[in-house]
Amino acid sequence: MIPELGSFSLILALCLSVLLGTLPIIGAHTNNQIWMNLARPLAAGIFVFLGISISILAYAFVTDDFSVSFVALHSNTLLPMRYKLTAVWGGHEGSFLLWTFMLAGWMLAVGIYSKSMPLEFVSRVLGVLGILIFSYILFMLATSNPFDRIVPLPPADGADLNSALQDFGFIIHPPTLYMGYVGFSVVFAFAIAALLSGRMDAAWARWSRPWANVSWAILTIGIALGSWWAYYELGWGGWWAWDPVENPPLITWLFGTALIHSLAVTEKRGVFKSWTVLLAILAFSGSLLGTFITRSGLLTSVHAFASDPSRGFFILGILGIAIGGSLLLYALRAPLMKADFGFDLTSRELFLLANNVILVVSAASVFLGTLFPMVYQAITDDLISIGPPYFNTIFVPLMMLLFVFIGIGPMSKWKRTSISYLVAQLSKVLAASIGLGILLPLIVLMKFSLAATVTMILASWIVLTIGKDISSKIANKRSLAAGFKSLSLSYYGMQLAHFGIALMLVGASLTSYFSVERGVLLSPGESVDLGAYNFTLEGSSRIEGPNYVGEEAEITVMRDGDMVTDLHPERRIYVATGTPSTEMAIDAGFLRDLFVTLGEQKPDGAWSMTIYVKPFIRWIWLGAIFMAFGGTLAAGDKRYRRLRARQLEKAKRGAILSASGELQAAS
Amino acid sequence: MKPHRRKRLGIILFIATGLSVAIGLTLYALSQNIDLFYTPTQVAQGEVAAGQRIRIGGMVREGSVVSADDSLAVEFVATDYVHDVPIFHEGILPDLFREGQGIVVEGSLDTAGVFQASRVLAKHDENYMSPEVKAALDAAGASPEGHQMQPGT
Repeated sequence: MIPELGSFSLILALCLSVLLGTLPIIGAHTNNQIWMNLARPLAAGIFVFLGISISILAYAFVTDDFSVSFVALHSNTLLPMRYKLTAVWGGHEGSFLLWTFMLAGWMLAVGIYSKSMPLEFVSRVLGVLGILIFSYILFMLATSNPFDRIVPLPPADGADLNSALQDFGFIIHPPTLYMGYVGFSVVFAFAIAALLSGRMDAAWARWSRPWANVSWAILTIGIALGSWWAYYELGWGGWWAWDPVENPPLITWLFGTALIHSLAVTEKRGVFKSWTVLLAILAFSGSLLGTFITRSGLLTSVHAFASDPSRGFFILGILGIAIGGSLLLYALRAPLMKADFGFDLTSRELFLLANNVILVVSAASVFLGTLFPMVYQAITDDLISIGPPYFNTIFVPLMMLLFVFIGIGPMSKWKRTSISYLVAQLSKVLAASIGLGILLPLIVLMKFSLAATVTMILASWIVLTIGKDISSKIANKRSLAAGFKSLSLSYYGMQLAHFGIALMLVGASLTSYFSVERGVLLSPGESVDLGAYNFTLEGSSRIEGPNYVGEEAEITVMRDGDMVTDLHPERRIYVATGTPSTEMAIDAGFLRDLFVTLGEQKPDGAWSMTIYVKPFIRWIWLGAIFMAFGGTLAAGDKRYRRLRARQLEKAKRGAILSASGELQAAS
Repeated sequence: MKPHRRKRLGIILFIATGLSVAIGLTLYALSQNIDLFYTPTQVAQGEVAAGQRIRIGGMVREGSVVSADDSLAVEFVATDYVHDVPIFHEGILPDLFREGQGIVVEGSLDTAGVFQASRVLAKHDENYMSPEVKAALDAAGASPEGHQMQPGT
């Protein structure tokens, strides 16, 4: 009976979303206060009913209700409690419910943190999100209801959660990624609301910015968590595989990164308005595309769900209507967004435009490489795959170019920056970066590689320009403390995020160029050298977990005759499914990771294994943390709150603001 | 030409140049990195030249897996139940690599007709069959279910 309540709750949420998707938008159009005032309570209602649904699904997992087909397929009586709870997103139906619930959460947040925006605007935003969530819930009820029962004979025990998912990474990666992904729906809704109202002014950009920053920060963490999880769980020793399902979050992230920079220009200078709107639509499309690729089963990937084509068509339908509709609206309204090019060819606007072009081109090339196999198959009927070399050839040089601009952009001025000023500011920094870039790899790793040198020059360039920029911005202040205080929170956020990029660059490049790995067969007592380390297999023993049995090897690692650590890689067999699974052993360090993955045991007791030494790999995720922290910090800038009162005043005057004059007054 | 027009033209040219360079690079990189997919039948019929990087999808033939005792080398046969391709791989096989399981291998044929696999992919979800493997079986007119019903193979 209780699972039926879950379905019922979904239906109620669907009904509310029909109201939310229509009344407030019509109300905003006809200036009907009562209908507009419905937006917030309706959004809250949808959140509550979806919350009830997802709680009931979790309850079904906890109570081992195997009459619910989704539970029977993804759980087992032996499954530890933390995985029973999180198995809610262990398959297509439940994870889509989580996705939808996340959207409801964002809607609730918009309802709460929008008190300073005009009601008309909030109604449109929530209305657009209402239409979106309506299509999601409809999709769920029509093709993938997580509460479907197995009648008449439910199984005695469940088929168990996929063993690869029984891991800490599974508990945190999907919710974080979804939250970041879905956050871009909010920014999209802001853009659509602005298009609907025809009022494309700086106020809209300012309202969107904190939401875009926060979504971007969460998405950054979500992607980094996925990369970290894949690194230690899948055990191929890499941190990014250009898998067709890794790519859409990256595409969304690249569009999102372009968007937060473009929003800055739109807010401060009132230009790039139509471009910013387009980016908001693109970032959102990227997130829908991710859903489509994962759930349609069209591409081969570790993430793909076993699925039937009707779902693919349904999502394709949503994709087509959402993207087509918004682009149509954009085409109708874009001519309204006129702006003068009030800036020079060497201005911060132009450097940010370069940033945008590079990011969009990178996103487009990743998109092309991801979807090309599908298109190729549709046209020629031949199956192909596009490997990592394609992505590396395109993506790496583009990023290098981008990193050059990271140094110049923040230092340049709006409207016009003289080239001689930039040269004066940056020539010493450039010389120092080149010196550091050549020396650092030699000192730290005592190795040389041209590619590593280039990337280290770029990383030094980013870090040194940040230092230079801060020092010249506070040079004229009374004291150092006063200088630091005079810089805004959003400035610090930006520089922190840029610093994070430098860390990530160092990690990615040193790991790629200086990692060593070796596949070996070791008998107990035998040892092998790799890099500066010596690995000895001490032996292996039998282990028993709650829902698995297996073997655990013990490996001691020495360096120059000193003990470094003990590693305990495992090989498990999950009892319910008989699925084998390898558990890597990793000794994580600030400067290097030691990593062992077990193969199989030979009849004579020897183990096959792969051993890796990966320098600086942690810096990749450390960099992501800095970037996310920077994004969040920037969203918390007090000017978003302080200026709201004035924005509200202005919005009430209701005129369609013409571009630059008013905008300059506002900033 | 008015100054703002000239500026706009400059920006448009800037974007157009960037885009065309990028598109050129992209197409070049794409053409260099397409891994065509073949079925065991196509390979057996000699459609693939030695040394060409390809992917093959098929099932691991039951009883064909031989792993060396003193190294990580392993040999097995990929099949679509009509034709077989011998595969050689040096390294650790994925967790879900099993006889009778669908796999995809990446690599190239050597002159002896043995496929030297640089990567072996098996899916983490047993209910899920990758499109490549399914296509191979469909093309050969065989199915794992049908195969299992024939005794003695």
